[in-house]
Amino acid sequence: MEMDQLYTELILEHNQDKRNKRLLDTFTVSEHGHNPSCGDDLTLQVDVEDGIVKDAAYTGSGCAISQASASMMIDIIKGKSVEEAFRLVDLFLGMIKKEVTDEAELEELEDAMALQNISNMPARVKCAVLAWHTLKEALKKEAN
Amino acid sequence: MKSIAEAYKDFPILQREHKGHRLVYLDSGATTQVPEYVINALETHLKNHNGNPHRGAHILAVEASEAYETARDTVQRFINAKYREEIVLTRNTTESLNLIAFSYGMHNVKKGDKIVITVAEHHANLVTWQRVAETTGATLEYMYLDESGHLKDGEMDKIDSHTKIVAFAHVSNVLGMEFPVAELTKRAHDVGAVVVLDGAQSAPHKKIDVQALDCDFFVFSGHKMCASQGIGVMYGKRHLLEAMPPFLLGGDMIEYVQEQSTTYNEVPYKFEAGTPNAHGAVTLKAAIEYLEQFGMDNINAYEKELVAYVLPKLVAIPHVHVLGSEDPQEKHGVIAFTIDDVHPHDVATILDSYGVCIRSGHHCAQPLGAYYKVPASNRMSMYVYTRKEDLDIFLDAVKKVRPTMGFED
Repeated sequence: MEMDQLYTELILEHNQDKRNKRLLDTFTVSEHGHNPSCGDDLTLQVDVEDGIVKDAAYTGSGCAISQASASMMIDIIKGKSVEEAFRLVDLFLGMIKKEVTDEAELEELEDAMALQNISNMPARVKCAVLAWHTLKEALKKEAN
Repeated sequence: MKSIAEAYKDFPILQREHKGHRLVYLDSGATTQVPEYVINALETHLKNHNGNPHRGAHILAVEASEAYETARDTVQRFINAKYREEIVLTRNTTESLNLIAFSYGMHNVKKGDKIVITVAEHHANLVTWQRVAETTGATLEYMYLDESGHLKDGEMDKIDSHTKIVAFAHVSNVLGMEFPVAELTKRAHDVGAVVVLDGAQSAPHKKIDVQALDCDFFVFSGHKMCASQGIGVMYGKRHLLEAMPPFLLGGDMIEYVQEQSTTYNEVPYKFEAGTPNAHGAVTLKAAIEYLEQFGMDNINAYEKELVAYVLPKLVAIPHVHVLGSEDPQEKHGVIAFTIDDVHPHDVATILDSYGVCIRSGHHCAQPLGAYYKVPASNRMSMYVYTRKEDLDIFLDAVKKVRPTMGFED
């Protein structure tokens, strides 16, 4: 893959934009996720009220792909119900695993669709999915 | 002596292309490539002498045993061990260190004792000692470094009368620098402690003489010196090995087995349970023969020359920072660095698009990263097949990293 197809403007923008990279004052659940082999490490905070994701943010350090992916994810889950968020996580993971390829269906992922190409880069898949797996764990905790 | 400048021609994999570029392999600190000579040795073995060593009386079992034991003799000569029984063949450096931790550490360290290591250790030489300390009630103490990668003044004083084990890397896999082996070893022996020397990054690159080093244990991996993956070495002084209980239990490490008790085979066999990696041993022997055609001192000198060429040029690139010393004389073919605002994982991907292979991440030395506040870095590492042209391609690619990520300078 060419570098400009990987590091698209959208990804570079989300990587450098820190609006979703912050600490929340109030949150109902926090989850830590990391990739031991490469050192991507993030903590995700989610504030759920009446079954709705009111706010979410992440902190930590990682490569551009992991950071952009976390930021894109937070953009789309805010305001969604927990069930919706679970479904979006599965949709994203399905896209990365190439199980879901229908463009119309993937449009729900908004900016995160830009990470579709990662499925062709086995070495970077785990960077892209880190935030999403972490969210899934967080929401499972929340549901209990 | 064979010329090192031509060595790259011996490695078939270096002929391949990646993304339209000639492959530039600068990750030898992780694993090295395999020359035709070693590939041929394995092929010959598999086609003619493959059998289970030490078992059976037929021709192939006999020839496989011979190949395996000849490899042990070759290793003995390579590191100048006094006795052949002092060479235990393992899977790799990590397994060797686990063997020492479990068979020596667990039985010789007690509550109140100390194990002293440096903060730069590879996890294999760190987590193992954490476990020994946790289990025995001993204390694990770290010797710290200054910004340039040298032991700080007074850190060696941590080796005191309570110390039972002093373990450290001969050459750091991140800093590429050598620790003061002679002084650390003397201090350890003065207080009656044993020295565990991690040679994973030294044995492939310089002449090793375990008797001159006087370390009690010395460990290294075959795959970082042109052999295949899955073969490693644990050297230990004979009297220590004889007193140690076995590590893994099973076939080949026994003498007599009754229903409730077993007497063990003698060293080194009591540490080599199960069918050994004879194929790996064949490649290790061939790799040593291959390297010795150049001479280990010449390999060391050649790598110093490469470092002297690339290090000043790398340091001169804006936004690039090298970990540890910037003095080429102090580096052994391993250079870890960071680039401002770009995560190492992204650096590695961008370099890969130019066919340049480097390592990114914490290099299995998280405490060092935490200590220096550099959780992840890039690491380029060289070997006999590295050419100055490779280094030029690497430097050009490094210069393209920040522009690719949208930075103006």
